[in-house]
Amino acid sequence: MAMTMTEKILAAHAGLSEVHPGQIINAKVDLVLANELSAIVAIEEFSKIKGAKNVFDPHKIVIIPDHFTPNKDIQSAKVAKKVREFALEHNTLYYEVGRMGIEHVLLPEQGLVRPGQLVIGGDSHTCTYGALGMVATGVGSTDIAVAWALGEVWLKVPPTIRIEFKGKKKPWVSGKDMILYMIGRLGVDGAIYSAIEFCGEGIAELSIAERLTMANMVIEAGAKNGVFAVDAKTEAYVKAATNQPYTVYTSDPDAEYAQTIVYDMDDIEPQVAFPHLPSNTKPISQVGDVTINQVVIGSCTNGRIEDLRIAAGLLKGKKIHPRVRCIIIPGTQKVYLDAMKEGLLETFIQAECVVSTPTCGPCVGGHMGILADGERCVSTTNRNFVGRMGHVTSEIYLASPAVAAATALRGKLADPGQL
Amino acid sequence: MIEGGVWKLGRDIDTDLIIAGRYCNISDPAELAKYVLEDLDPNFVKTFKPGDVIVADNNFGCGSSREVAPLTLKAAGVAAVVAPTFARIFYRNCINIGLPIFEILDVAKDFEKGQRISIDPGTGKVTNITTGVTFQAAPFPAFMQKIMDAGGLVAYAGEQLGGT
Repeated sequence: MAMTMTEKILAAHAGLSEVHPGQIINAKVDLVLANELSAIVAIEEFSKIKGAKNVFDPHKIVIIPDHFTPNKDIQSAKVAKKVREFALEHNTLYYEVGRMGIEHVLLPEQGLVRPGQLVIGGDSHTCTYGALGMVATGVGSTDIAVAWALGEVWLKVPPTIRIEFKGKKKPWVSGKDMILYMIGRLGVDGAIYSAIEFCGEGIAELSIAERLTMANMVIEAGAKNGVFAVDAKTEAYVKAATNQPYTVYTSDPDAEYAQTIVYDMDDIEPQVAFPHLPSNTKPISQVGDVTINQVVIGSCTNGRIEDLRIAAGLLKGKKIHPRVRCIIIPGTQKVYLDAMKEGLLETFIQAECVVSTPTCGPCVGGHMGILADGERCVSTTNRNFVGRMGHVTSEIYLASPAVAAATALRGKLADPGQL
Repeated sequence: MIEGGVWKLGRDIDTDLIIAGRYCNISDPAELAKYVLEDLDPNFVKTFKPGDVIVADNNFGCGSSREVAPLTLKAAGVAAVVAPTFARIFYRNCINIGLPIFEILDVAKDFEKGQRISIDPGTGKVTNITTGVTFQAAPFPAFMQKIMDAGGLVAYAGEQLGGT
């Protein structure tokens, strides 16, 4: 039977020769990820599983305290402490503050996620890793607890939506703009319960960083996972990160898709998602006059070195607008170090931005840039829900690092091509 | 049998609205319940009666995977959530922790706040007691029913490990 990449990877992990959309399978997982907020609940559930004393394989469990760390208050410190103790007791992979990064930036960088794998994570943006030709999806804490015990997860095989980007990027368009454009057309539930398979010339020309950005946000269209074919760029990226083996799966030419959608790259300009849904997108030429109080550049969506290079390129030798606070958050310690070596940190500081240690921080309304009532923030993050970054009346505008940096300079939503 | 008052919510109710990120370092469900749906309606917690039912439109529970979202609803006394569709992580979290949910196409338009609703969890029959109109929820796939019958995924996993 002809199958898509997603179906082939799921079948292989369920020990089946084929699977069909809608089928429920028990699949063996290659890696189980949790952050401190999902782990704290999972630890409690794990303790309730009768017969579960040890985890199934400590080398396939990774715990990363990244959401409210470095601990923002006593409550968060207690959570981090309990999670740390569990990780040490069970000898799982664990990244402490100082080695830690934002989970979805860190795992690809460390080579822990590779083509052909099935990875689940107690974080909805676990879908990021699909950029590397694997199936990765977010689950809840009870799923994590049970996967810690059994090494398995129950999954419904999703139908696959094929999305083709035809043509080449226009200037200042990035993977972030392409995924915002897609979500703007599909809506926040347009791909509910489905897999999204990306293809086309517009995808082939993207860097791995941009593919990670795109896969990161498929959940914002309701998708279970997003997947990209493995090409020379993927293999070079993975081989640079690890010498561990991996498996390349490709969709059969006659595989069945729930639907195929084609977007023309000529129609895509830099995008901004207005409050309060990621689907509420406008092209930069139509955003109007929107003054901004804060800019955040970072997160699991856009906290990679490539993102910081783009922002620094626009900010170099300039000062940000006097009424704007600009917070730069490198995704990992390696990104931070590379940014330092390349002189990007100096550019940011000279431009009067603040540079933070890696953390999810403001994106999840935790710390390091919480908004007051009525404040507006342009953010390279992935969600602009009501109250997501602070006060219930604050507003978040989602955009690429280029649009965010241009906005920091102008003090209002700005087109990087018009500076 | 579930019977209670109706709380009508719109579409795309995300898990940040159900329980805001700023409370996600709280582990005690009773404490979390004090902040349920705070950013949607600060008065919700004061006026909601345990045993009441949420009827919402499409894509309930979208966004973050935080399991504290269904845990908070459960701790606040939400007896069930009825909606045309649920976001997938929220859906599986509900199956796993035992918050009753019912998928009924196009259901939201037939309910208003303050009406009474009854639900037979065994058959999936849902009735708007106030108007007398009845609905049939989509049946759960057999495997999910097995998890629910075992009392949630933790109990099911215990059975798999042969724990007693």
